[in-house]
Amino acid sequence: MTGIAMSGAIQFDPVRLPPEAEELRAEVRAFLAEEIAAGRFDPKTAPMADDHNLDFSRRVGERGWIGMTWPKQYGGQERSFLERYVVTEEFRAVSAPVRAHFTADRQSGPILLKYAPEAIKMDILPRITRGECCFCIGMSEPNSGSDLFAANAKAAKSEKTDGGYVLNGTKVWTTNAQNADYMIGLFRTSAATEKNRRHGLSQFLVDMKTPGIAINPIGNMAGGKDFNEVVFTDCAVPADHLLGEVDGAWKQATSELAYERSGPERFLETFYILVELARALGENPDTREAEGLGRLVAQLHTLRRMSVSVNGMLQAGKEPVLEGSIVKDLGTVWQQALPSRARDLSAFAAGSADDRAVFDQLLPLALQIAPKLTIQGGTTEILRGIIARGLGLR
Amino acid sequence: MSEPDTIIIDTTDRIFRDLGDPQAIIADPGGAWKATLWQALEEAGLTLAWVPEAQGGAGVEVMDGFDILGVAGRHAVAVPLAETLLAGWLLAKAGMSAPLGPMTLALGSGGDAPSVRAGKLSGVVRGVPFAEDADHLALVADSDDGRQVVCVALAGCTIAGGPGMAGDGLATVTFDNADVVSSGAVPNTLGAEDVMLMGAAVRAQQMAGALQAVLDISVDYAKERMAFGRPIAKFQAVQQNLARLAGEVAAAAAAAGSAADTIQHAESFDSAVFLEVAAAKIRTGEAAGAGAAIAHQVHGAMGFTDEHILHRYTQRLFAWRDDFGSEAEWAAGLGAMVAGGGADQLWPLVASR
Repeated sequence: MTGIAMSGAIQFDPVRLPPEAEELRAEVRAFLAEEIAAGRFDPKTAPMADDHNLDFSRRVGERGWIGMTWPKQYGGQERSFLERYVVTEEFRAVSAPVRAHFTADRQSGPILLKYAPEAIKMDILPRITRGECCFCIGMSEPNSGSDLFAANAKAAKSEKTDGGYVLNGTKVWTTNAQNADYMIGLFRTSAATEKNRRHGLSQFLVDMKTPGIAINPIGNMAGGKDFNEVVFTDCAVPADHLLGEVDGAWKQATSELAYERSGPERFLETFYILVELARALGENPDTREAEGLGRLVAQLHTLRRMSVSVNGMLQAGKEPVLEGSIVKDLGTVWQQALPSRARDLSAFAAGSADDRAVFDQLLPLALQIAPKLTIQGGTTEILRGIIARGLGLR
Repeated sequence: MSEPDTIIIDTTDRIFRDLGDPQAIIADPGGAWKATLWQALEEAGLTLAWVPEAQGGAGVEVMDGFDILGVAGRHAVAVPLAETLLAGWLLAKAGMSAPLGPMTLALGSGGDAPSVRAGKLSGVVRGVPFAEDADHLALVADSDDGRQVVCVALAGCTIAGGPGMAGDGLATVTFDNADVVSSGAVPNTLGAEDVMLMGAAVRAQQMAGALQAVLDISVDYAKERMAFGRPIAKFQAVQQNLARLAGEVAAAAAAAGSAADTIQHAESFDSAVFLEVAAAKIRTGEAAGAGAAIAHQVHGAMGFTDEHILHRYTQRLFAWRDDFGSEAEWAAGLGAMVAGGGADQLWPLVASR
């Protein structure tokens, strides 16, 4: 531990993964090798494939690797954040198709655990852990993205719904809404106050099969089909689907960010291109290629050590919002630049055509998804604003 | 994970705070503060931290030594504390006791690398920091009895060269039948690259410390400096730059800390240590370049003057990133190792701890 015990130092303690996490890693690798050998997914084409794969999620659920930090009464395994970290990174390293369960595993489940009534927890959480229940996130709107607290989609009390709420408005950029069973969304329950513009937003659990929800796909420039606009028209939600404090969701949203922002998915989303770059360069790269590859590995290693450290903080019960924001800022900028660096370094690669076939196939995809990596889940500008606040500048 | 020894850290910090005020050093670079500061460090047992008690040192944990150097880096004070720790570590590896007083160390290479013949050392070493300040120099040299760790007195040797970017001296030292003070066989546990690895890990730790200071100084300055009627800290462009600086500082701290922790727990300097140290030296070196640029931008012309303290830190960052292998050199080595292992071993290597 190298924490210098002086005030104000930025601390990323060198967390060592415990033996049980390394045992688990071996199990996860064996499982993934089996899946790949059985042809259930192929790491070399997976980045291009539709990631929504419920069968895969069910098999992951059978292993107990979804919601694995949650209490056993809700289907969890009560394992540590560091064990969850290992599962997450091993899946990402081979581009395993995790989308059907990942959102629920990472953030929707933890929100329900904290804020949902007991009956809902008992109903939904075990289904998530079995890989049978898919979530999406309803935050951005046509006129509010980074400015989350400008959200305008409304939830109004209604006599018709027995104390429940009626939703009206539009959410947008909603990944996987077309496949999701539930959304956790942010809706306006009253106007912002002059003193606190973050006031007036509440978080709701929404069953996506409720009448009054229209899901309109939005194509993206990289050919993906997972983006949607979700329109709510007099959509009724029961009273017990309000999560946490009415009008006070902004407090809930910030603690969620530490979970959302510090995971290995924030620097491994284009990792496949680094592996294929190494293959394209071959076992005897020239000095320029070796130097470029070495820098990328050093940068990746550092990001990973930082991310493990943040997960150690989560395990210790802290809310490392600042540290999580730093990891996401550095990690997303890095994974965005990675395809371009790989493109440069591969320019004169003397490897055989076989060695670079997969690289050549995946590079255009990686280059085209790169722009979104510093936008999704909190833009670079917003993250740096949070870091600046942590430094006492605002 | 062991808890840091906060007494050692606090003691080191207090000594540097009391006796190494950067403004006083700028006013009088070669002044009496140097001897006073060194004496305090020596009396606290910090200078021979990595030498076991039986060999005349303090015998602290490897990690505690790195913590001392992180604090020293934060103060960027011009005394050869890191070099003396490293020299002591090298002498102790060969079972030798270490002399008191400031030391430095060198890596010989090429045709004129020093060797011991009939008990006398001859040859040339280059890029030696603090050669003018140190009493002794430690190095690994060929001898009639194989590779040896050698301790030699610098008095009487030819020392040439300029101040280096850090201003701490960067000398070429020529030994011409110099007396060997003590020597010991290189043990099997000390690999050919180990001095380089340990030196790089040490410089990474110092850079991480100096970068933290650079961030603190820059944040304070941005809050005080007024422009267009308000502190420059209130401008988003400045905030975004300082946030980037914080990211570089965090990366440096994580990389250097992880390498130090790995060395603390390693039985020998294996490929895991190589990955950690290479990554630390590369990433802290990159952070030094990017971080210094932002810090100077925040400070404007003021930070470029010789009276402002910022340059004490940034000049050392420039110098330290060159010592014990630059980013480019380590990256070429790391890249060759990764490529040699094959693409499918890349992930297992990165996820090895």
